[in-house]
Parts: sequence; structure tokens; C-alpha cells
Amino acid sequence: MASSATVGDLVSQPYKYGFVTDIETEKIAKGLSEDVVRLISAKKNEPAFLLDFRLRSYRQWLQMEEPDWASLGHPPIDYQEIIYYAAPKQQEKKASLDEVDPKLLETFEKLGIPLSEQKRLSNVAVDAVFDSVSIATTYREKLAEHGVIFCSISEAVKDHADLIEKYLGTVVPGNDNYFAALNSAVFSDGSFVFIPKGVECPMELSTYFRINSGDTGQFERTLIVAEEGASVSYLEGCTAPMFDTNQLHAAVVELVALDDASIKYSTVQNWYAGDENGKGGIYNFVTKRGQCRGDRSHISWTQVETGSAITWKYPSCVLQGADSVGEFYSVALTNNRQQADTGTKMIHVGPRTRSTIVSKGISAGHSSNSYRGLVQLGPKAVGARNYSQCDSMLIGDQAAANTYPYIRSQQPDARIEHEASTCRISADQLFYLQSRGIAFEEAVSMMVSGFCRDVFNQLPMEFAAEADKLLALKLEGSVG
Amino acid sequence: MIRPDAPVLLEIRDLTARVEDQPILKGVSLTIRAGEIHAVMGRNGSGKSTLSKVLAGHPAYTVTGGTVRYMGDDLLSLEPELRARAGLFLGFQYPVEIPGVSNLEFLRVATNARRAGKGEEELDTFAFEDLVRERLQVVQMDPAFLERSVNEGFSGGEKKRNEILQMALLEPLVAVLDETDSGLDIDALRIVAGGVNHLAGPDNATLLITHYQRLLDVITPDYVHVMAAGRILRTGGKELALELEERGYDWVDAELASLERTPAEVG
Ligand SMILES: Nc1ncnc2c1ncn2[C@@H]1O[C@H](COP(=O)(O)OP(=O)(O)OP(=O)(O)O)[C@@H](O)[C@H]1O
Ligand SMILES: [Mg+2]
Repeated sequence: MASSATVGDLVSQPYKYGFVTDIETEKIAKGLSEDVVRLISAKKNEPAFLLDFRLRSYRQWLQMEEPDWASLGHPPIDYQEIIYYAAPKQQEKKASLDEVDPKLLETFEKLGIPLSEQKRLSNVAVDAVFDSVSIATTYREKLAEHGVIFCSISEAVKDHADLIEKYLGTVVPGNDNYFAALNSAVFSDGSFVFIPKGVECPMELSTYFRINSGDTGQFERTLIVAEEGASVSYLEGCTAPMFDTNQLHAAVVELVALDDASIKYSTVQNWYAGDENGKGGIYNFVTKRGQCRGDRSHISWTQVETGSAITWKYPSCVLQGADSVGEFYSVALTNNRQQADTGTKMIHVGPRTRSTIVSKGISAGHSSNSYRGLVQLGPKAVGARNYSQCDSMLIGDQAAANTYPYIRSQQPDARIEHEASTCRISADQLFYLQSRGIAFEEAVSMMVSGFCRDVFNQLPMEFAAEADKLLALKLEGSVG
Repeated sequence: MIRPDAPVLLEIRDLTARVEDQPILKGVSLTIRAGEIHAVMGRNGSGKSTLSKVLAGHPAYTVTGGTVRYMGDDLLSLEPELRARAGLFLGFQYPVEIPGVSNLEFLRVATNARRAGKGEEELDTFAFEDLVRERLQVVQMDPAFLERSVNEGFSGGEKKRNEILQMALLEPLVAVLDETDSGLDIDALRIVAGGVNHLAGPDNATLLITHYQRLLDVITPDYVHVMAAGRILRTGGKELALELEERGYDWVDAELASLERTPAEVG
């Protein structure tokens, strides 16, 4: 008897990156206190201003309450059960990749991110972060020739303390929100990018985050600064092993664009999402914000979110400079018991600022996928404009999709357009494609990529195909 | 064209099928040889589309008995996409809209899947462009339809033309066309019928499901079958269609009633 695979078969996929690397790590005792914050700072030999920033943030965090307004449900997180610092036991960051522990290189190789000289992606510089610590950054010399700084935040604290002091915490203050405050107190590592005046970064920059430990919190901090007229395209990728406990990931990303600068920030996120019953997986509570500080500056967020048990994430733009532009392109896929509450905030401060929001949510299984977006036009945002489009696709009949657009405008004649739609992949559509010789999985994948096209078109070329494959993998019956 | 020695392409024997718990096909038998054109007629709800979808492998229908051999192989054990690659084509009564999937891309993937089924090489985008432009003429369709999403916002008639375009590209061995004529204006009917005639040859076969003699005026069937309550009640030549046009389906009830009394061989 011919029996077609059901949508249910198709969306219950083994996770391909779920392996654990067996490597010696240095961990501090679990739990959080002022001493722990001091210890982390001491381990990294940080200057006083940074310890100060951490301690202030920590004290503010103590006064704050975990937000509960998102459409998410999870058991309470015990912050004393988390380890706040873990690093592979490889003391100094190596000057040459040949000295990096081969197990680490192998790990990244397995993840499809070759770091060794011969196999590198030709036009992409990579910073590889393993359990909160940056282990290697490729193409640094070549970038340095252009004056571009691309290194881990820890190194930047040592080598470019002035820049860190000038910019860190200026977009996302230490007390911005509960998770940002936590991150500001205990952040471990992450990437730092600085593009000087007038420089167009000669290659794609990319950070690859790998969570390895089961009981460690992940608190990266990324800071990207583009000076006047500079431009850069940056991509972040993430995976984690499968554990049946949940790991907390609370990152902060800050972007600063000065006059005429442009930053394009893309994320392809594929944390472990938990099993089909919702056991295990990453809690992803992330604060990402870009500030278009200069006139005519441009910040664009593109995200493809496929992993995490829970995603709480609103990459935002503060459009301060006149004529500045903010964009948000998002694909969020949820399956099984995953929950995502994601969207953006476009804060129009300056005159004639413009923002575009394109959000595509795909919900399968018993998952729940919410778009939450704020468009705010302040008193000086004369002539500001926004266009938002929020589309949801449902696969199967157990999944949920919600859209919560908030608009606050102090501009009576502002042009704000909002479009929304919901569709469902139907058995008849799949059968139609199949009856033309197209296999079931490919049929789903065609429909899903058609739905996501507006967003995928925004990804750097090298990664658009990756994203397409990733979604297919999350949905397909066969693991490639 | 009837040639008793032509190879059998499709042989349906005592086929029964249900939807959920409801039996719909109650024993259909039909043999189709290369070169033949068959017409299936019958009242609304008699099971014509169900037969076509069971042949194509729609998952909503469960086959409960009987066999279908296609080119000598067991058709029912094949996934729908493999049936298509092997040259079985279903022109849908209600073609489905697929927003976001470009018609051109869809046609190319489908064509290449069928070519792979025939052991032919894949066509690259340029070679396919050439082919599709040539085949568009069979249905006199505007190339602008290639740029749109599959059937999205197409008028009823445009959807039917798109079906025939697909048929022209896939070059099926057995084409089942489910009411491809309904919803077409007079010119479109002539164009679509012309396309079907153009594609019909000595090595393939066509099964037309239709309600109207006007289609059979342009495409002459070798056999006409009348379906009723999930079976083929009567089979004849093209005159049977004319007779139906005149007499309607009232006689069907009497015949069905007698069948109920003496369950007999049908087909
Ligand atoms: N998916 C389904 N669910 C429930 N009933 C169905 C389904 N498909 C078909 N049926 C029923 O089976 C019977 C046969 O339907 P079918 O579509 O095959 O008829 P048809 O002969 O093609 O009719 P028409 O001439 O109107 O196209 C009808 O009574 C129909 O309601
Ligand atoms: Mg029908």
C-alpha cells in the first residue's frame, strides 16, 4: 500500500549537532554572588571600569524581576544552579591555529565551520566561541590591513580598552532588562568588531557560538561599531549538544552606527530545541539592539531562528540620526513543544527615519510562535515611516501562531503600514506537488522556502543556501 | 485508436476505496491500452474524481481491495511522486494554489523529476526556458504566467490551461484529465482540446472525465464509460455519450437497483 509520510513524521527530526565534545574544562562553582562576578572579572584580568560595570549591573539585577509578559511558559529558573564560567582548559588564546586543541578544531569541522587555513571559507572571517570562550579568529591579519578589528571581547578589553570603555553598555545599559543586567554582570566572551571611518569591511565577518557544557549558562556579549561611512556584514551561527536539562543563554548584542555607516547583522540560530516532549533545550533570552546614532546610518537585522526550547528575542533599532534606516527580517520556525516570542522594536527618534519589518513565523507540531513588535514614533520623528509585514504559516493543526503589533506614535500624519496573513500547508497542496513527481520532503521545503524568500534574500549569499537547507533539515524526513 | 494488440498501459481490477469510513469506489475495472482515448462520464458524486485521485495516490483515500497494474507493475505500492515520474498524470478538477512557489520553478522541478524517471538528463534553467516557451504555445498561454506563484489568483480557465501545460511538459504515458473542460470559454475549450489531441499518440493513452458532449465533439473517444455509485455501470463507443446527452441518467437508477438485488460482475 502506498502511504505517504505525514506532516508529523516530517517534522520530528533528529538534531544533527547534538554531540558533546569530551574536553577538559575549567569551571567555577555554581551559583551567583558578588564574589562570583569579581572572580570572573579577575580571571580575565579586567580593568577597573569593567569590574565596576559588572558590579553595578549585578546590583541592579538583584532589584529586578524576571519578566513574565511574553507568551511563554517555563518552570522557574534557579539562578544558583547555574555555572557562570566554563572554559576549555587551553590557557592562552593561541597565536596560530596549529596550537589549538585538535578536539576543538574537529568540533567546529563537524559543525561545518572549518577553521584550519586550507579549508577556510574563502570570503568569511570566523570567530569561533566554545562555551563562552573565543578559541580562534581567522583572517585577523588581513582585516587589520584595512584597520578592521575583529577579535573576542576579552582580547578587545586587553588591547582596545579605550574603545570598549567608550561603547560598551551605551546601547544596552547594564540595567536595561532582567536578562541584559544578568549578562552585563557575568558575560564571558563574545565578539568585538570595529570598522574605522570610511572603511568597507573587505569580507563577511562571522561568529560561531558552540555550547558544549550541560550545566553552564551562556552569556556572550557582542559589540559592533561602524564609524562614519563604514560598513560591515556580520553573521552569527549557533548550535548546542542535546541534554535533557535546559541551558540558559542570555546574550547581549550592541551595534553602533555613526553617520552614513551601515551594519548588517544576520543570525542563523540552531540551538538544540529539546525533544518532542519538550524535555531539554536552550532557553534563549537575548537582548539585541542597534543604535543608528549618525545621520543616514543603516542597521539591518536578519534572523533565522530554528532552535531553542524557548526564544525571547527582539532585535531592535533606535533610529536617532536623521534619515536613518532600520530593518528587521525574520524567519522563526518552531516545532514540537518549542516556544518562540520574537519580534522587533523600531524606535524612531530622528526626523525622516524609516523602518521595515518582515516577519515570517512557521509553526509545526505543538509549538507556539508569537510575533511581538513595537513601532514607536517620538515627538521629533517628523516624516518617519514604517512598513510591517507579519506572516504566519501553520503546519499541521496543533500549532499556534500569534501576532502582537504595538504602535505608539506621536506623529499624527506618520505613515505606518501593517500587513498580516496566516496560511496553512494543506495536504492537497502537498499532494498536488507530489503528483508532479516532487517528493514529499521537497514539496514541503519548496513551500517553506517560498514563504521565507523575502527574508532569505536578505542573508549574505554564502548563508542563504545554508538557511534554506537548515529549514529543510528541521522539517525533512531524511537527515542529509 | 483501438488496436487490440497494443500494449496494456493501465489495468484496473475490482478496485474498491474509501474515504474515512465511507466506501466510495465499489469495484471499478478498466483496461487502457496504448493509443486509446477513454471518456468517463457520470452524475455528480458518482466517484469519478475519487477514481482519478486513487490512481494518483492521494493519501485521503484508502484502497480496500482490487489491483491496479501500470505498465505491468503494481501501481498502488508506489508513492505518488513515483507514479508521476513513471508517466502517470492527473489533470485536477480543482488545481490547487501554492502561494510563494514560482510557477516556473515548479514546472522545472516537475519536468526534471519526470525526466529522471525516464532516465533522461536534467535540464538546466536555460534549456528549460526554451522548452517551456515552446510548450506554452500548445496551450497558447502568456509567458507572464510563469512568473507568478503556482495557480495563485489564476482564473478557473487559466488554471486548466496550466494543467495542460504541465501535461505538455511531463509527456505522460497515461493522462487522466478530470473535467479539464469545465470552466473553459469556447475558445479556451478548443485550445485545450487541441492541446490534448496534439499530445495524444500511439504510445500513450488518455482518460477524460467530463460531463459534456462538446468536449467529445473535439476529442473523439474510443470508449465511453458511465460511472454510477462507485462502479462503471456501462461501457460503449462514442455513441454512448450521445445517448446520455439525449436520455440523461434516469436509466441509471433502474440499473443500480437491479444490481443491488443481484450483485453481479461489472466492467
Ligand atoms: N475527501 C472526501 N471526504 C468526504 N467525502 C468525499 C471525499 N472525497 C469524495 N467524497 C465523496 O465521494 C463521492 C464521490 O466524489 P467524487 O469527487 O469522486 O465525485 P465526482 O464523480 O468526481 O463528482 P463531480 O462530477 O461532481 O466532480 C461524493 O459523494 C463525495 O462527497
Ligand atoms: Mg469530480
